[in-house]
Amino acid sequence: MTSTWIHKTEQSLVESHGLKHAEFDNIVKGLGREPNLTELGIFSAMWNEHCSYKSSKFWLKKLPTTGERVVQGPGENAGVIDIDDGDVAVFKMESHNHPSYIEPYQGAATGVGGILRDIFTMGARPVANLNALRFGEPSHPKTKHLLAGVVEGIGGYGNCIGIPTVGGEVNFHPSYNGNILVNAMTVGIAKKDKIFYSAAAGIGNPVVYVGSKTGRDGIHGATMASAEFDDDSEDKKPTVQVGDPFTEKLLLEACLELMKEEAIIAIQDMGAAGLTSSSIEMASKGNVGLEIDLTKVPMRASNMTAYELMLSESQERMLMVIDPAKEDMARKIFKKWDLEFEVIGRVTDTKNLVLNMHGKEEACIPINILVEDAPEYQRDYTISEPTKDYTIDPNSLNAETIVDDLIKMISHPNLCSRRWIWEQYDHMVMADTIVRPGSDAAVVRVHGTNKAIAMSTDCSPTYCKHNSFEGGKHAVVETWRNLIASGALPIAITDCMNFGNPEKPEIMGQFVECIRGMTEACSALNYPVVSGNVSLYNETNGEGIYPTPAIGGVGLIKNIEKTKTIAFKKIDSAIYLIGKTEGHLGNSHYLSIVQNQEIGSTPIINLDEELKNGKFILELVNKDLILSSHDVGEGGLLVAATEMSMSSGIGVSINTERKNHAYYFGEDQGRYLVEVDAADEQKFKQVAEDHKITIELIGRTIDAYLMIQDIGKVSVKDLKSESEKWFPNFTR
Amino acid sequence: MKSHVIVFPGSNCDRDVAVAIEKISGSAPEMIWHKNTSIEHSDLIIVPGGFSYGDYLRCGAIASTSPIMHVVVQKAKAGVPVIGICNGFQILIETSLLDGALIRNNSLSFICRDIHIKAENSTSIFTKNNIIAKMPIAHNEGNYFASTETLKKIKDHDQIAFRYCDEHGVVNEQANPNGSMENIAGILNDTKNVLGLMPHPERAIEINLGGDDGKHIFESVLN
Repeated sequence: MTSTWIHKTEQSLVESHGLKHAEFDNIVKGLGREPNLTELGIFSAMWNEHCSYKSSKFWLKKLPTTGERVVQGPGENAGVIDIDDGDVAVFKMESHNHPSYIEPYQGAATGVGGILRDIFTMGARPVANLNALRFGEPSHPKTKHLLAGVVEGIGGYGNCIGIPTVGGEVNFHPSYNGNILVNAMTVGIAKKDKIFYSAAAGIGNPVVYVGSKTGRDGIHGATMASAEFDDDSEDKKPTVQVGDPFTEKLLLEACLELMKEEAIIAIQDMGAAGLTSSSIEMASKGNVGLEIDLTKVPMRASNMTAYELMLSESQERMLMVIDPAKEDMARKIFKKWDLEFEVIGRVTDTKNLVLNMHGKEEACIPINILVEDAPEYQRDYTISEPTKDYTIDPNSLNAETIVDDLIKMISHPNLCSRRWIWEQYDHMVMADTIVRPGSDAAVVRVHGTNKAIAMSTDCSPTYCKHNSFEGGKHAVVETWRNLIASGALPIAITDCMNFGNPEKPEIMGQFVECIRGMTEACSALNYPVVSGNVSLYNETNGEGIYPTPAIGGVGLIKNIEKTKTIAFKKIDSAIYLIGKTEGHLGNSHYLSIVQNQEIGSTPIINLDEELKNGKFILELVNKDLILSSHDVGEGGLLVAATEMSMSSGIGVSINTERKNHAYYFGEDQGRYLVEVDAADEQKFKQVAEDHKITIELIGRTIDAYLMIQDIGKVSVKDLKSESEKWFPNFTR
Repeated sequence: MKSHVIVFPGSNCDRDVAVAIEKISGSAPEMIWHKNTSIEHSDLIIVPGGFSYGDYLRCGAIASTSPIMHVVVQKAKAGVPVIGICNGFQILIETSLLDGALIRNNSLSFICRDIHIKAENSTSIFTKNNIIAKMPIAHNEGNYFASTETLKKIKDHDQIAFRYCDEHGVVNEQANPNGSMENIAGILNDTKNVLGLMPHPERAIEINLGGDDGKHIFESVLN
């Protein structure tokens, strides 16, 4: 392809801003001249993958985003869903992968800080934090340091600001050796008629900067996040931002206090690409211009240039357009909280972003060029054939090893207890945590009411790698199942799409297929996407991560008394398995952990069955016919039963017709284990029959032992100690 | 019954305490901003948990010099009951209303989980309900330390309010979550009207939250 490259601007300067030649040509065409350095920086920040979604936009539009409870879908700071009584839940998940690999504590901490701001920008008080974390294999020399740093960083930020971190997921796989994933999710609660948006309005209205001062930290963070890593990635440390949760707490309280008044017309947090993206977002959404005097921006360092001020990613800052009549009142609130409050500009009718400094014009860019002319690509893609199934000779596996294999599985880093992690997070502050970490979903009461929201994050990257379509379906369905098992009505999801380099057709193919799978699942389950984030170029030295569409699901529990946990409640209950079991061992935890092989096909989800079984569980919850429930996911039936025992200390005696590895460890989909009070068994069976649900009695709860008839037994206490030792030992 | 909850920048358990007091006593406490310089008549002052001033410098150090803490110290010396919970305990130590120090947990990690404590003094207004109670801790610096002389003094004056124990009330090494000397979870001043404790009774006031043993402490002083 011939480049029209005839510009005076140094080619190397353009490239170092992550812009392609053709993109630069478009800038020149749009402006009718060459950009100056500040303008080049602004284009670079707006047109990188992280801010522009240029590779993903086309495909993201295919996701279902509407539903009767959707108040706000994708496109704002976060999604909003109706949770009755005039209340809404506001939530989103976002990645902070590259910074966390370079500097795990600060990277993870500011990831939490950023997503929290997205939520309270909309007028919601954050009530829960969750996360989805991927690390390299434990034997990789950096894994221990990264794990310890990320967990401490998430805790450090969330604990200090006083928002409980109630749930999450973590797994380890060599594909993340050089590129970990740190995805943070926040859920907030607001009133439906008090949601704040980012569209600037009112010509002449003041543009106000609040929060921390601006320093040189994080300049070009978003551009860094849109590039691949190599061996010198650690040199990028200066582009990692530093978080101050204390200031964020003040900012949160000040913003929520001001939001009670009728003063804010528009509000946008300064996240990736700081002042640049926040000002352009507000102007673009409001179809107006903004004129900013950069001299007025509160600065932490001396002699900062326009370029630096516009690209700094200093944390804990917000931009607002306010009612001029309320300026003094607003200033007073921010002063009370010891925060900066400066009028730095005005809304104009020019539809240009104009930046002045010391009386000199530093930039003048028509907003529409920055936003509407932003590149959008339909990248080439090739879809890899799903991995073929692998047949295992049932006679090759000796059933006598089942108890030992179970212990290997529940003590493996990918299935063992995460207690070491969640005990470092304050998961009870705000005193509304009804279900703590370690169950299927975390449940947090809506303050002052008798209802609650249930939340779960999930994704199985190996499923996605070997069959991206089914993997995409699975990630959505797994969260749905977790909400159902907790007694919640699933409402909507947020997605955090972590993939490799989209310029490679096979990576783009993974993206396309995951989206297709997610779309199918969301549609079938009436479980739309309301917010999300895309993180591409997760590669190191040309090796991409496994496709990881992390999903965060949110559901509603109308009466907290109906909440279900995975913990067995009493002895002599009947334990039933809901759903069909063929014994699908392909791509299972049994194979990867016990046989040390990643082979076989991803299990297929029948969405009709899924929906039917899920509705059945909710009916059982409604009719008070189950005591506890747990979805049967990673590791299969026996791991699920063991988790229910470990969570309560109550044992279970299992006596089933089939007694082989495929039955006990197969990862067939659409299944749940439920505990039924002996007195309710007949009623339970009747409801199952009415709905033609496949149920199977697998055993009864007993005292303190896991017994498998004809195979062996082990004490719940021993299982628990095996399950809980890996993390403390590894990180010691 | 008039109670007050002090609010510092960075307090984050202020609302939780207010909810607990209202639930137990029937009347909501008054929230007092750290820049205030007076408190009217008070029957109970609570210095809540959180990260006052971001825990910068040293936990509780900056808060202890704020205008309102001078008032709290005066009130405490005049006999008004004062409870400091978690960061509030750290602040009360920094004001010297309570003895000793709270240093980093011996695990060097933040710890959030349920523990058990046992009342060691049944004569104070806070520990009338002589109890073994389950409630959460959530802190990074809760490891109680005191010099030999100080420790002797607080023991001689019956100032140990609570010790960490197991669910049966046995005080042992396994039940000590953070390395505190002699499993100390809470202490009193020598006139027994000031209590500091690391566990969070306000998070244990109803079964839905995992237990309601925390009520005993509030009931003891409020009723």
